[in-house]
Amino acid sequence: MAIPTLTRQVFDIKDLNLWYGDHHALKNINFPINKKEVTAIIGPSGCGKSTFIKTLNLMINMVPNVKMTGEININGQNILDKKVDLVDLRKQVGMVFQKGNPFPQSIFDNVAYGPRVHGITKKKHLDEIVIKSLMDVALWEEVKDRLNAPALGLSGGQQQRLCIARALATKPEVLLMDEPTSALDPISTLKIEEMILELKEKYTIVIVTHNMQQASRVSDKTAFFLMGELIELDSTSTIFSNPKDSRTEGYITGRFG
Amino acid sequence: MNSKTADRIATGVFIAIAIIIISILVGLFSYILVNGLKHISLDFLTTPSSNVRAGGGIRDQLFNSFYILFITMLIALPLGIGGGIYMAEYAKPGKITDIVRSCIEVLASLPSIVIGMFGLLMFVNLTGWGYTILGGALALTVFNLPVIVRVSEDAIRAVPSDLKEASLALGITKWHTIKTVLLPSAFPTILTGAILAAGRVFGEAAALLFTAGLSTPRLDYANWNPFSSQSPLNIFRPAETLAVHIWSVNTQGLIPDVEDVSNGSAAVLVLSVLVFNLLARWIGSMIHKKVTASK
Repeated sequence: MAIPTLTRQVFDIKDLNLWYGDHHALKNINFPINKKEVTAIIGPSGCGKSTFIKTLNLMINMVPNVKMTGEININGQNILDKKVDLVDLRKQVGMVFQKGNPFPQSIFDNVAYGPRVHGITKKKHLDEIVIKSLMDVALWEEVKDRLNAPALGLSGGQQQRLCIARALATKPEVLLMDEPTSALDPISTLKIEEMILELKEKYTIVIVTHNMQQASRVSDKTAFFLMGELIELDSTSTIFSNPKDSRTEGYITGRFG
Repeated sequence: MNSKTADRIATGVFIAIAIIIISILVGLFSYILVNGLKHISLDFLTTPSSNVRAGGGIRDQLFNSFYILFITMLIALPLGIGGGIYMAEYAKPGKITDIVRSCIEVLASLPSIVIGMFGLLMFVNLTGWGYTILGGALALTVFNLPVIVRVSEDAIRAVPSDLKEASLALGITKWHTIKTVLLPSAFPTILTGAILAAGRVFGEAAALLFTAGLSTPRLDYANWNPFSSQSPLNIFRPAETLAVHIWSVNTQGLIPDVEDVSNGSAAVLVLSVLVFNLLARWIGSMIHKKVTASK
């Protein structure tokens, strides 16, 4: 595995440990994440992959009794430092969740929500952002005639793409996706995967997935987690064709997990 | 006895209980309406009440009831919703929160006559206002606040947490998330709860006896100056509400048509409360449809 040069890294995670109360959920994670790459995180349920992705924008802080040690550096700044501004961090690191969770508002308002709160008030500027974000997720053609319709009237796959557009509208550098297609049908899943391949031109993407084919289709790097440990991190083709660790091999060949 | 028989008996018992409840309600409503409806007329609703002669109406009492309700809600809603937001989003689990919650529950179970006595001490004597609409509204706020806090807290907690997460993950602050995501989603439930609480306030008598008083000054409905003692809008005047009026004509009324007046008033009161309840359901479901885009 080639050691990435410093300038290409967005995240550099060093010796990250996390406890939920007494439960040691992440153990000594060292994990560099490169710019404009798709990093997939795979592993069986309860291995810590969702916990890990939630540390990257500190959404983990919503869980009571969480304790963390180590460093999570984003562009050189350690976000486990107390002084970090959550608003700035989350503008920089957007997140998409398992189930599409649009607000009970219109399609336009959903996408414009973040930019509006962050101080963009000019209608023309907002229009531009909304159109661009919806185009980025390939939803524009489907909704351009009904931007004022309620977002909850969209199909599941459209709702999820709308949520991705909503996250993109705040112009993040990194996009975190926590099993974004686990609640979707195969066709909607395919659309989202195609979209991920387009988005990586502009964004750094970290995706947690249960679906190993998905990881192999969309990602450049794949990380395998097991019982709170990062077992193996390498280029996706190496992980799926020639894994170094027998546990990785066991998981991707379906012997356990 | 085998379990099938037990099941049949259980079904029978619950149906019987349901029938008892419904017949009590239907009986009560039809008794009040049959006796009261024939006394309700435009004249009855628009003439002032009389202390000695027959043929008095309930104009002022009806206005007072709605006006006190309005003032009460003006005070109780911001306080109650604020309390609900605090309990749902800011209060950390622990001793202090438990104490606050117990206080709210105790407050909710206080007999309204006790709240009336408290109101007499606080809002009538201590402030030196005498019997006033404001005093009555404050007593009703005490009476009503726990319900609104509870309803708001439950409504905010019932908003799916993924909406809150979505907003926080966009880098939106907690207060802004509450304002733009949680409150709008919780609004239909809060509104329904508030309207139901309004029905309770509207029919309340005991808490008002010693706070808003048993009399109403001669009102001039053309006088809209809220500081004039004859203005219906003055909040520092005594005001007898409809529920209090029913009580007072029945216990100390000198008019010959006591029964007619109290039956008519009771019917108006019951109908108003019924309207509040139907309105609560209708508005709640309408807003729910609008925000969720369901048919």
